Amino acid sequence: MTPAHRSARSHPRIGPLVAGTGTEPALDVDALLDEPGQRIIVCCGAGGVGKTTTAAALGLRAAERGRKVVVLTIDPARRLAQAMGIEALDNVPRPVPGVSTGSTTGKPGGSLDAMMLDMKRTFDEVVESQASPEKAAQILANPFYVAVSSSFAGTQEYMAMEKLGQLDQDARRTGRWDLIVVDTPPSRSALDFLDAPERLAGFLDGRFMRLLLAPAKGPARLMTAGFGLVTNALTRIIGAQVLRDMQTFVTAFDTLFGGFRQRAQRTFELLQADGTAFLVVAAPEPDALREAAYFVERLKEERMPLAGLVVNRASRPPEGDLSADRAMAGVERLRAAGETSPAAEMTAGLLRLHADRVRIVERETRLRRSFATSHPDVATAVLPALATDVHDLDGLRTIGDLLGSQC
Amino acid sequence: MPPAPTSDWPAVQLHIVTGKGGTGKSTVAAALALALASRGKTVLLCEVEARQGIAQLFDVAPLPYEERRIAHGSGPAGGDVYALPIDPESAMMEYLAMYYRLGRAGKALDRFGVIEFATTIAPGVRDVLLTGKLYETANRNSRNKGARQYDAVVLDAPPTGRITQFLNVSDELAGLAKMGPIKSQSDTVTTLLRSRRTAVHLVTVLEEMPVQETADGVQQLHDAGLPVGGIVVNQVRPQDLDKSARTALLRRKVDPAGVAAALGVARVDDGATLVDSLLEEGHDHAQRRALEDEQRKLVAGIGAPTYELPKLAAGVDLTGLYELAAQLCEQGLA
Repeated sequence: MTPAHRSARSHPRIGPLVAGTGTEPALDVDALLDEPGQRIIVCCGAGGVGKTTTAAALGLRAAERGRKVVVLTIDPARRLAQAMGIEALDNVPRPVPGVSTGSTTGKPGGSLDAMMLDMKRTFDEVVESQASPEKAAQILANPFYVAVSSSFAGTQEYMAMEKLGQLDQDARRTGRWDLIVVDTPPSRSALDFLDAPERLAGFLDGRFMRLLLAPAKGPARLMTAGFGLVTNALTRIIGAQVLRDMQTFVTAFDTLFGGFRQRAQRTFELLQADGTAFLVVAAPEPDALREAAYFVERLKEERMPLAGLVVNRASRPPEGDLSADRAMAGVERLRAAGETSPAAEMTAGLLRLHADRVRIVERETRLRRSFATSHPDVATAVLPALATDVHDLDGLRTIGDLLGSQC
Repeated sequence: MPPAPTSDWPAVQLHIVTGKGGTGKSTVAAALALALASRGKTVLLCEVEARQGIAQLFDVAPLPYEERRIAHGSGPAGGDVYALPIDPESAMMEYLAMYYRLGRAGKALDRFGVIEFATTIAPGVRDVLLTGKLYETANRNSRNKGARQYDAVVLDAPPTGRITQFLNVSDELAGLAKMGPIKSQSDTVTTLLRSRRTAVHLVTVLEEMPVQETADGVQQLHDAGLPVGGIVVNQVRPQDLDKSARTALLRRKVDPAGVAAALGVARVDDGATLVDSLLEEGHDHAQRRALEDEQRKLVAGIGAPTYELPKLAAGVDLTGLYELAAQLCEQGLA
């Protein structure tokens, strides 16, 4: 089966939405996308819940509703990246082919650009923009910098936020975009990207940095007993060469610290701004919803604006009200009656499937209820699990339609 | 089905379980630990992502940085399962205490932010610390007096996308530390991770993206010289309907009258709408099974032994974990 054929097949299956969303208010996605003051939408949540797809679908829907959108994705599936024309990783937004602007709502003027984050290049560009050419070259060649910029566990988070800041500035300066949709990295914890800028800034500003810089800056001031102990211990543990590399790196970086700290601070403020909205993405699983709850609380703490919760991959409820227990009792009766005809076998199988499905839907509903009970004011959209992965614009439109039809 | 007479992985002491987010790798790691314990082994189950996933799965209070007994393998000969959440800060302090009698310097390191630096900023060091502690649990030495010996260590590891980098500690450090104690420490760990005592198992579900990521992950592990174990296909749909029944449902060739009659016998006679909706559900199921079968072929093509675990309708609680563990014994992963 070709992908096109498959996705065409899956359309009629989407039909009715997953069972009533319970007590929580429904998320009005279109109102969010149509609000001109809405400049940034951040999609966050645990790994594997469909953040990237949700971000891309929102971007496409917004563009086709007349917004000038740029989508920043972190790690899209290969085929989705191909469909969006962003598989070439060049760290600049490119127009997405095949977007039909103006035809759906009669609001022309929309556009969709997309890009995939290249964290090392983003870091390099920050260095290049902040330092003189010679100094930049010196930093870029330092082994410690190479390691930090390509593998430090928080670099991706930090650079995603850095890129968001850059896109926002570009948007304000050139007017090329009026809405930025951001996907967040698949962190160990969904909160990492919030903390990464602070953490890096804190480190660059911290005592350890001053300690490493001390020899270059006149040792007398910091030559305390503690200092000697620490450098000796470090030399024993990591070796003199690593320590030297680090010192060179830090010395070269010294003049940039101020710049980095301010940038981190600006990004954080941007995330708190009125035009920003967070969408927490989850799946109807305990882990993903627990992470979502944690995130919702954290956003509140940081006074960051939460737009709502998107629950992906929900099981479709069966029609009718045949309970799992009655269905299984029916299976027992068929067996007791000694029915072994193909029709009876088929019916028994269908009843078992039905029972299974009812139980899964009940469990998911319970999980969502318990989230809604502890977070009653969080507007929620519930999306059914699709039969196939999304890897073309039609698939994204389908998701967008589902997101837009919650109210 | 009784347990397989022996495990497919008799020489493996260190089981590393990875998987794409959302595929249930933590569940599989926990079930594997229980399965190994039910074979009489003393097992340590570790996690490294500071999520307290083990505590949640076994329904116990959050676990501290110490090896604590959390479960017992089923059966008369069942061994114990201990749990250890490894965090880099504790691992580093422990390491420093064990190998360097730093005394005052140790405290000074912390005060100057060196511990924080090493565990959050310094590239690769975090992973060296985590895998280093893992190594220590599998190779107890005289410095750790009175420590328990484990027959098997199971790690709930970082996700597939990061696993090779995580395990390839010496490569990660290569550009950074060409000599010195950190370098030799990571080399020792690498030797264990690349040996036959280790197996990296990958968890997937039968969907395109996770299967693709599993294939990529296996390739990356191979390229890095790391030992690929089994592929655990998780959350498999119920297998109630045979091929001919599914084909009939897909082609919408099932006679509604036959189903209606059988429903009469079953006394769930809710009329024609029930027949229609059951057939519709059956059609949907058959369609998804067909898609799963395509993915199953791709999984088989990866060339690693595969194991299948069902999707538990009620979710995974402790009972569910034992159920999955029994399946892993039957199929020989444990």
